Amino acid sequence: MNSPTMHPWLTPVLSNDWDADKPWTLESYERSGGYDALKTALAMDSDAVIGLVKDSGLRGRGGAGFPTGMKWGFIPQSKDGEAAKPHYLVVNADESEPGTCKDIPLMMATPHTLVEGVIISSFAIRAGHAFIYVRGEVLHVVRRLQRAVQEAYLAGHLGKNIHGSGYDLELTVHAGAGAYICGEETALLDSLEGRRGQPRLRPPFPAVAGLYAAPTVINNVESIASIVPIVKNGAEWFASMGTDKSKGMTLYSLSGHVKRPGQYEAPLGITLRQLLQISGGMREGHELKFWTPGGSSTPILTAEHLDVPLDYEGVGAAGSMLGTKALQVFDETTCVVRAVLRWTEFYKHESCGKCTPCREGTWWLVQTLARLENGNGTEADLELLLDQCDNILGRAFCALGDGATSPITSSIQYFRDEYIAHFTAGECPFDHTASTVFATAGATA
Amino acid sequence: MTHTLNESTLAELKEIVARYPQPRSALLPMLHLVQSVEGRVTSAGIQACADLLDISAAEVSGVATFYTMYKRRPVGDYHVGVCTNTLCAVMGGDEIFERLKDHLDVGNDETTPDDGVGKTVTLEHIECNAACDYAPVMTVNWEFMDNMTPQSATELVDDLREGKEVTSTRGPRVCTWREAERVLAGFPDDLADEGPAAGHATLVGLEIARENGWKAPAADRKDVQ
Repeated sequence: MNSPTMHPWLTPVLSNDWDADKPWTLESYERSGGYDALKTALAMDSDAVIGLVKDSGLRGRGGAGFPTGMKWGFIPQSKDGEAAKPHYLVVNADESEPGTCKDIPLMMATPHTLVEGVIISSFAIRAGHAFIYVRGEVLHVVRRLQRAVQEAYLAGHLGKNIHGSGYDLELTVHAGAGAYICGEETALLDSLEGRRGQPRLRPPFPAVAGLYAAPTVINNVESIASIVPIVKNGAEWFASMGTDKSKGMTLYSLSGHVKRPGQYEAPLGITLRQLLQISGGMREGHELKFWTPGGSSTPILTAEHLDVPLDYEGVGAAGSMLGTKALQVFDETTCVVRAVLRWTEFYKHESCGKCTPCREGTWWLVQTLARLENGNGTEADLELLLDQCDNILGRAFCALGDGATSPITSSIQYFRDEYIAHFTAGECPFDHTASTVFATAGATA
Repeated sequence: MTHTLNESTLAELKEIVARYPQPRSALLPMLHLVQSVEGRVTSAGIQACADLLDISAAEVSGVATFYTMYKRRPVGDYHVGVCTNTLCAVMGGDEIFERLKDHLDVGNDETTPDDGVGKTVTLEHIECNAACDYAPVMTVNWEFMDNMTPQSATELVDDLREGKEVTSTRGPRVCTWREAERVLAGFPDDLADEGPAAGHATLVGLEIARENGWKAPAADRKDVQ
């Protein structure tokens, strides 16, 4: 399906060693050149590392797509005033956005990639203490991280005077306790300070007043892991992949009614049609109905968007967001109203309660949607829903409230008739068992 | 009269505090340790955290009630989670959860009775656990149980209740919920080397790349050093 002159459709870099023998161990990691990039970075000036990351064009892989090097550049670097405070690096490993499942497998298979990225990034921003805030509900990932950090200390990659460079770094693995909102970077900071995880007002931004009101960089796992190959292979190498404004390779997570769900590392800009083509397509006998490009907070798309380039600009132009590149794919057996109601119940459960539009709004969204889903709604309820969304979007304190409206407004845009079919039929017109994996597999259900 | 935590637990709580630049950052892992010892977040545990961090018991309670993983009612030997967020629910998570409620005769966030012989199981429907490529997903003490069906789910909980050894589909032999909470508090249990690096779905893109000879471009290091 690919001629030698064509660019490769998949470009495994971060995932390239996932099939190695015990790739989570230091021994295995060093066998494939692990911690070489750290030595390269320590021989550079910190500012040169920041420059390299800026030149690479790397944009945050946690959803927002903010340029990583620019974020690092916001850390005040003078020796007095605010800048004299300790600096911190915090890795956002609280992967919880529905559909998103890329950081967990990375940390499970090759935790040292993240640890090495943490050390290089901390060196660049002159941090003396770094934290990996990992969600608590992934026990084995926590174990692998703990072990990797322990091995890195013993090998002299962490601690005092790393490899004689004079640079000191402590790294703490910190397990969360179950709260989606802690993926929001300022809520994560409050949580890491031992408080309820609720977002902070910005400004001041974390780069100026983050953890303990000190300059702090918060980056996603995949962003920090990507630093390692960038330092190893160079900014031009990284920027040779991807599209004009969305550089590099990234992990796309394919899930749902497809033949081969899983992790696909490709240059930014690949399309869902291409990903389905190489992975065998939809499950047998079914067709694509709707999908999310980057988790449940990104407006849903349909079969008409199969050729949208999956980069920040392309998905944005199609009316959605690249987000976390979590491609949740649903076929024609799926009731879109049911799917949206369930996401909405999630946002209601996870709303932190700090601001009224989100706390009250998500509650009302569930009431209205539930009525529609069980067939007791009216056409006026659709307008009510859109009005409720209008009162939340842009008025909530953080992106959680905005995200809660995305599946609702986009599904009404594309599937208004399906909402109407619910209340004309007086019930959900779908057979939910037809959507299950065991419906077609013949397994005893 | 509430009891107090024993000396060794208090010493370990202090050990957690020492990991952080500022003491209060230790609160989340401290509450995980309280659960590992007490089987839930108890008043004694809350008071111990408050005393060690020099904050009020109300402040600790405010944190303990915010996070879903902290339990105020006793959790069984095993915590069994069923993902019922949209994707897993659609793929069969709803059917699995219904089957388990019926099979175990418990509701959400409830525990099977202790008959003095078998093990107890707490059933909870959980939110997206970052394993959507293995849907429908379950967890046992926050270890992955991938690609489940109602049938395999009932077999799983039967095995757990009978005390049989259960292995995560992408992890080690399953420990107890209290042991798991101890690891989350930052006290490793030496099981890191058990289990695979990845499941089949994690590796599918890599396999397709290998089959097609697709690779990332070769490095050109002229802009480094």
